[in-house]
Amino acid sequence: MFDRRLIENFDWVLLLVTLLLVASGLITLYSAASAGMPVTQAFYFRQLMWFGAGILVMTGAFLFNYKKLDQYAYIVYGCCILMLLAVLVAGKYVAGSRRWLALGPISLQPSELVKVAVIMVLARYYSRSATVKGMGFRELLAPMLLTGIPFILIVKQPDLGTAMTIVIIAATMTLFSKIEKRTLVCIFICGFVTIPVIWLFLKGYQKQRILTFLEPDLDPLGAGYHIIQSKIAIGSGMLFGKGLLMGTQNSLSFLPEHHTDFIFSVLSEDWGFAGSAIILLLFLFLIIWGLNIAHGCRDSFGILMAVGISALIGWEAVINTGMVMGLLPVVGIPLPFISYGGSSVISMMLCMGILMNISMRQFMFE
Amino acid sequence: MSNNAPLSSHLKTQVPDNDWYKRRIIVLLCLVVPAFMLLLLRLFYLQIVEGENFRKLSEHNCIRLQAIDPPRGLIFDRNGRLLVDNRPSYDLSIVVRDAKPLNATLQRLSRYTRMPLDALWSEIEKYRNQPSYKPVPLLQDIGRDMLAVLEVNRYELPGIVIDVRLRRLYVNDQSAAHILGYVGEISSDELKSPRYASYKRSDIVGKAGVEKTFENVLRGERGGRQVEVNAAGQLVKILKTVDAVPGNNIFLSFDLGLQQKAEKLIDNVHGAVVAMDPDTGSILAMASSPSYDPNMFINGFSQEQWQKLISDPFHPLENKAIQAEYPPASTYKIITAMAGLQEGVINDGTTLFCPGFYKFGGRDYRCWRKSGHGSINVTKALAESCDVFFYQVGLRLGVDRLAFYAKASGLGSLTGIQLDHESAGLVPTSDWKKRRFKVPWQSGETLSVAIGQGYNLVTPLQLCAMIATVANGGTRFVPQIVSKIENASGDVIRKSAPEVAGHLPVSPDNLDIVKKGLWDVVNEKYGTGRIGAIPGVEVSGKTGTAQVFSRKTNDTENEKQRAERLRSHAWFVSYAPSDNPKIAVAVLVEHGVHGASAAAPIAREVIRAYLAESSSQPSGEAHQ
Repeated sequence: MFDRRLIENFDWVLLLVTLLLVASGLITLYSAASAGMPVTQAFYFRQLMWFGAGILVMTGAFLFNYKKLDQYAYIVYGCCILMLLAVLVAGKYVAGSRRWLALGPISLQPSELVKVAVIMVLARYYSRSATVKGMGFRELLAPMLLTGIPFILIVKQPDLGTAMTIVIIAATMTLFSKIEKRTLVCIFICGFVTIPVIWLFLKGYQKQRILTFLEPDLDPLGAGYHIIQSKIAIGSGMLFGKGLLMGTQNSLSFLPEHHTDFIFSVLSEDWGFAGSAIILLLFLFLIIWGLNIAHGCRDSFGILMAVGISALIGWEAVINTGMVMGLLPVVGIPLPFISYGGSSVISMMLCMGILMNISMRQFMFE
Repeated sequence: MSNNAPLSSHLKTQVPDNDWYKRRIIVLLCLVVPAFMLLLLRLFYLQIVEGENFRKLSEHNCIRLQAIDPPRGLIFDRNGRLLVDNRPSYDLSIVVRDAKPLNATLQRLSRYTRMPLDALWSEIEKYRNQPSYKPVPLLQDIGRDMLAVLEVNRYELPGIVIDVRLRRLYVNDQSAAHILGYVGEISSDELKSPRYASYKRSDIVGKAGVEKTFENVLRGERGGRQVEVNAAGQLVKILKTVDAVPGNNIFLSFDLGLQQKAEKLIDNVHGAVVAMDPDTGSILAMASSPSYDPNMFINGFSQEQWQKLISDPFHPLENKAIQAEYPPASTYKIITAMAGLQEGVINDGTTLFCPGFYKFGGRDYRCWRKSGHGSINVTKALAESCDVFFYQVGLRLGVDRLAFYAKASGLGSLTGIQLDHESAGLVPTSDWKKRRFKVPWQSGETLSVAIGQGYNLVTPLQLCAMIATVANGGTRFVPQIVSKIENASGDVIRKSAPEVAGHLPVSPDNLDIVKKGLWDVVNEKYGTGRIGAIPGVEVSGKTGTAQVFSRKTNDTENEKQRAERLRSHAWFVSYAPSDNPKIAVAVLVEHGVHGASAAAPIAREVIRAYLAESSSQPSGEAHQ
């Protein structure tokens, strides 16, 4: 059933942009790793292996017709929820939270895969329930549940960053599918009323944590210090950067999580404005390209999938880079393709595979 | 499709078409592009506009974090006398990247500190894997003289850092060492345990005693500051500070006077003294001999000192009051008597005959008095500590009923005192023996158990809690070592309240019979513990002589002639005043031979000192 036209329609541009981002991520990680402790070369090679696996996953994701995803969305979603439950019961404790499932020698972070599953079920649901007038409360009940379950399970790990990403993506897809005006106004009013009430019921230390989250300067020994070091690292890159393997010597050990959440600081220090602006533009291009695929797609499930994936990459890129540049609160959200982390790599490559799938089948008629 | 639907609901049910979606995609695009423009602007601001400044700041990693260690909480006795203090000590370290030229600096440093150059180099080598801006510790507690020399010559010693660090000072040296414990640098095993999740390498933690069990209370919260330093690593300005929160102060349950009295009383023997308030479970004194000076753990040992400490056969580091297990010997007859009375196998009128031995299973079980006690009832059997009487009570009860009362008296399980390494002791049952040795219980063994020999094992603290329970009428309290906890500004944040661990399953009448026997021990002319009597105060008690090895029936060897390590342990448990007990005491003297001669005088003096003290001041907390 594999059609020759599919190869002719293959989205080479998307593949090229993906590989460019992956390559710059690997180079940055190599730079971070070569500077010595605590990141070692092992991180770099492990990441390389994950990308190898990611390419296979990506290939697998465009070989079949993406409409099958519509069919199996709830099964995939159910499996992901089961994995999240398994994490809470038998997950691996690392630094006070349970996020990983150990499967033999590799450990998986199911919350990364859940992001894709949520996009899938919401695309399926909205492709059937969206109306031109917009959805009311009754139609929104199911998506709230579909988002709420993984949200709560991930908050319990606890991994606030990932949990919030899921809500933000779900909100984006929902607004895209249109909410009835009256309902939207209601939701906003409810939000404005309940937030102060919740605030009253929070305990002192919980309020403190939220305030620090919004204003890192309130925690000069933790988040506040990290942001200062991150800004120094980025700023010191100037126009052309200190060069590969050069910049990290100084600021590396001051940056927390410099191979995961703060990798953009390392990249900016090495390559300066020239390099980091190109990375930002690559991300922008990727998102526009993803939306363009949605634009060209002719069935609502495909459109919603493409929009959801673009939203995922867009939000993560904006939140992560905004955070390391001191524009947004400090949250543990990885930079897609660049940050170290196997599960994030796999789910991103899976997303790219699905996008390619939608892209190459937009001219096909069945 | 909804072609046939009425026009009003048409919009509501109309399924969006591709053009509808396309319009919305354009809206999304219009949101994404400005967001990225904002990010690019920020990047431009940081790297181009402010780039020069940030480059300068990055050159020397000018912004650093310095930890501010909180002072550890102090420890006082119940009346506020200082037992554990903090003293300043000066620690020398060096920041390698600032100490240029390194070799010349080290040579000078070696001259001023009289530390060999090789030793300095090997310290630096040890920390080779850490970033070069982090200080390498070289010498601790350098003393004021060396401090002065280093300060004067500081200009030719770039990169050296002298930190003031607080060190523990155990004010009264050996006194209460086992209760206080000591602190030390966190070990790598401790670092791995979740209990110490918030600790870092080279942190100081409690390693024993109250220092360990109350680590969370004493520790306080670490603070820190963000500082800007210059190229030589010297402080330019403090950017932000988070103050450390000092640890809380602990007031222990005992008075130092009585504690030191108890320590002095057992100073020249090996053993333990525990005194308790029978109405609350508060520990009034807890001494273990031999002892050690916890300051040695702070200031360092010589190899020789350390060897001596750990190879001492009498285990100075062990808190014998809670860690060492001994056979309870005749003190256990209190439990056998309570069990016999309550189970109805005897009453206060029951008399049994003691010819000096008891024939059972073809064997003679001896009484300690070869001539025998004749016809004897339970109070007299307690007073004279007749073995044969209690052999028979034990046989009538059986081992498991005896064990029930022993466990109800708190034996065989942890008392719950907040000190680490407490031992649980052992109360044998027939089930236990089957599990442990895979053979059934022998009735003959019940005889030994009934007089506190055999498999029975108790700690001095357990026996003290047991006699305190008998004294107060049957309420067993959890022993408390802390009376209150205050924060650094003196507000009481926790006050110890008596905590009930259980009740004796013995009726008041039966308990009174036993207490009469215990009164006779000290006050009747035939009592075995007469030496424990205090003129003007009524004391009750029970002696015990625990055999270290089993006595052969035809053994004629004199106890005094035996090698010391084979001599029996001496017990005395007591309380006073008999009608309204204010203090319960358990004394164990290792190899003291007889409870009466070795242990009872110690208990007597502890009681005398406590009652004299508390009669001169009506409330125990009058000092506050």
